[in-house]
Amino acid sequence: MGEEKKGFWSRLVAGLGKTRDNIVSGIDSIFSGFSSIDEDFYEEIEEILIMGDTGVNATEAIIENLKQKVREQHIKDPAECKELLIHSIKEQMDVGETAYRFEQEKSVVLVIGVNGVGKTTSVGKLAGKLKDQGRRVVLAAADTFRAAAGSQLQEWANRAGVDMIGGQDGADPAAVVYDAVAAAKARNADVLLCDTAGRLHNKKNLMEELKKINRILAKEYPDAYRETLVVLDATTGQNALSQAREFSEVADITGIILTKMDGTAKGGIAVAIHSELGIPVKYIGVGEHVEDLQKFDANEFVDALFNVKI
Amino acid sequence: MAFDSLSEKLQNVFKNLRSKGRLTEDDVKAALREVKLALLEADVNFKVVKQFVRDVQERAVGQDVMNGLNPGQMVIKIVNEEMVRLMGEETTEISLQPGKALTVIMMTGLQGAGKTTTTAKLAGKFKQKGKKVLLVACDVYRPAAIEQLQINGEKQGVEVFSIGDKNSPVNIAKAAVEHALKNSFNIVIIDTAGRLHIDEEMMAELVEIKSNVSVHQTILVVDAMTGQDAVNVAQTFDERIGIDGVILTKLDGDTRGGAALSIRAVTGKPILYAGMGEKLSDLEQFYPDRMASRILGMGDVLTLIEKAQEEFDEEKARKIEQKMRKNEFDFEMYLESMSQMRKMGGISSILGMMPGMGGGKMPEIDEAAAEKNLARTEAIIYSMTLKERQNPSLLNPSRKRRIAQGAGVDIAEVNRLVKQFEQMKKMMKQMPGMMKRGRRGGMFKGLPF
Repeated sequence: MGEEKKGFWSRLVAGLGKTRDNIVSGIDSIFSGFSSIDEDFYEEIEEILIMGDTGVNATEAIIENLKQKVREQHIKDPAECKELLIHSIKEQMDVGETAYRFEQEKSVVLVIGVNGVGKTTSVGKLAGKLKDQGRRVVLAAADTFRAAAGSQLQEWANRAGVDMIGGQDGADPAAVVYDAVAAAKARNADVLLCDTAGRLHNKKNLMEELKKINRILAKEYPDAYRETLVVLDATTGQNALSQAREFSEVADITGIILTKMDGTAKGGIAVAIHSELGIPVKYIGVGEHVEDLQKFDANEFVDALFNVKI
Repeated sequence: MAFDSLSEKLQNVFKNLRSKGRLTEDDVKAALREVKLALLEADVNFKVVKQFVRDVQERAVGQDVMNGLNPGQMVIKIVNEEMVRLMGEETTEISLQPGKALTVIMMTGLQGAGKTTTTAKLAGKFKQKGKKVLLVACDVYRPAAIEQLQINGEKQGVEVFSIGDKNSPVNIAKAAVEHALKNSFNIVIIDTAGRLHIDEEMMAELVEIKSNVSVHQTILVVDAMTGQDAVNVAQTFDERIGIDGVILTKLDGDTRGGAALSIRAVTGKPILYAGMGEKLSDLEQFYPDRMASRILGMGDVLTLIEKAQEEFDEEKARKIEQKMRKNEFDFEMYLESMSQMRKMGGISSILGMMPGMGGGKMPEIDEAAAEKNLARTEAIIYSMTLKERQNPSLLNPSRKRRIAQGAGVDIAEVNRLVKQFEQMKKMMKQMPGMMKRGRRGGMFKGLPF
């Protein structure tokens, strides 16, 4: 596992190379270009964070926090300030120990998100991972809207060698979930993974549909450990915050899967989401294979972000 | 609506400017600082924002803004002009080969941008124009991608070319174009797999398709929610394979869509269409200049007017107007005006296009409830006999009771509608000038929302 992890992170570093080179050269030039910590220095950091999609508000909060610490600890050296900055983001993004409890419990995992973020792919990968861990998995294909979404998940189910419960195109997704719960119980499954249709968070009807699915789960499978993961595309800008906010209005979100981290986007919005909503990133997606869904590691994430040597 | 939050932001800034009457240089700077933050929050790329703010400041200071008669307006004008300049001033369409000659279009983009859905939407658009369209399933990687295109193609009634996922996309594309030439298709749209711009191998595949098949138009499909990275994606795709235009998807979300501005600024390539929903018909022409004015909070009144002109049946409108003039306005007319309005996209869509009326601005109006109300009103009118509709004075309590039962509402609601209708009629009588000012304004005034 350790071997594989290393390979992944170096791949991530390689993948993020281009943009991160920009950032890092930015950071380095700041830290070398400034002999003291002044307003211009902070302004530069602000710009770099914003370029990473961290957003204006979260960036300002980070800078305020940094300034305060610099004052309190009487820091004069820009390099020391850099350490402090990285450390504080790491600390904030730390996942915590209970984050993956659902993997061990009899649980139901609801996966939600807007269109095209990679929900079905993430569900497929997660199914493969859990199956490898010896868990008995059942998939619910509750995306009955998008053409061929069911077939796409079926392909993943075949690859992972797990059962999938689907419905007709256009069927009520809540009904599919209902059937899937029955199947999960009958087959004594450990984990029920529910894929849902992509929905823009500002579409009222679709959000109501999500509530209905939630109600079904609560009613039909009350003793299951609940995990609700929202899938966010790392390429998305500030809208990801509004997605997380709106989805947490209708569902009790327990974590984020941050996909497409193998591109040049840095997913800085995850930092903003964490500061505003306290929702941790639990997994990141870095490619199209099963092993490309990785548990989130705050240390490595931030190190990779600032290109600190691993 | 797409750019609302940004509009709001800018409106707030300029409200402050307006109230002062005369600007100091510090005011301009403060305003531009706000503009900068608003644009950043809208995901416009940082470098683009920087350039934009610099340009505006330069121009604002260069001109006699401080001594102008209306400095606030002056700044708005400059910001607007720069915005329009950035977005591109003209609407562009996908340019097709002359006559019946075959045009090959290739769709490209990152994973999940919405290529397959957009491909099907485009096919529908061309089919409407009488073109014979062939869709080509070149995404051999994502599970069920081919099936997705086949289903969508079927829905649109266009042929989908596929030889499975065992052939290379290059060979599929070649075979498809041959097939198209043999069977006198006008347009071929190649749906390719989503790929990262830094995936060398996958990018090379697109280059190879292009060098083996004469692709006339390469379209980059971009998610409107894309953040700072939009610039990298667009630039790399343009440099590696060369793009001719951009289609922006998921603009029906609440994203501020700053990516549009960024992409336009770094590639100079036009944005052709905007994906506005999940239905296969939801692909709209992209109007860059209006989008810019929408960003500035001037509302998309232009679109509203155009939509109204398109959908509004002139003949029927004239009849309604005449009847109104003669004070013969009846429930038939009322019904007609309601359906006209619905054609224009319903209340929410119309309100969204009014300046300063973006969703966030009017929390007190529940759009869904308003639409529902409208439906009830319609039900009541439909429960009237033709005679009753034409001559509302017939409506006695017994008739009203029958109507209420027919519409499944309380009799009080029928009474309310009749009363409302009478008031409307009275209002029209008192304000003959209203009709001259514009029939549209008059038409909507009396409607129950």
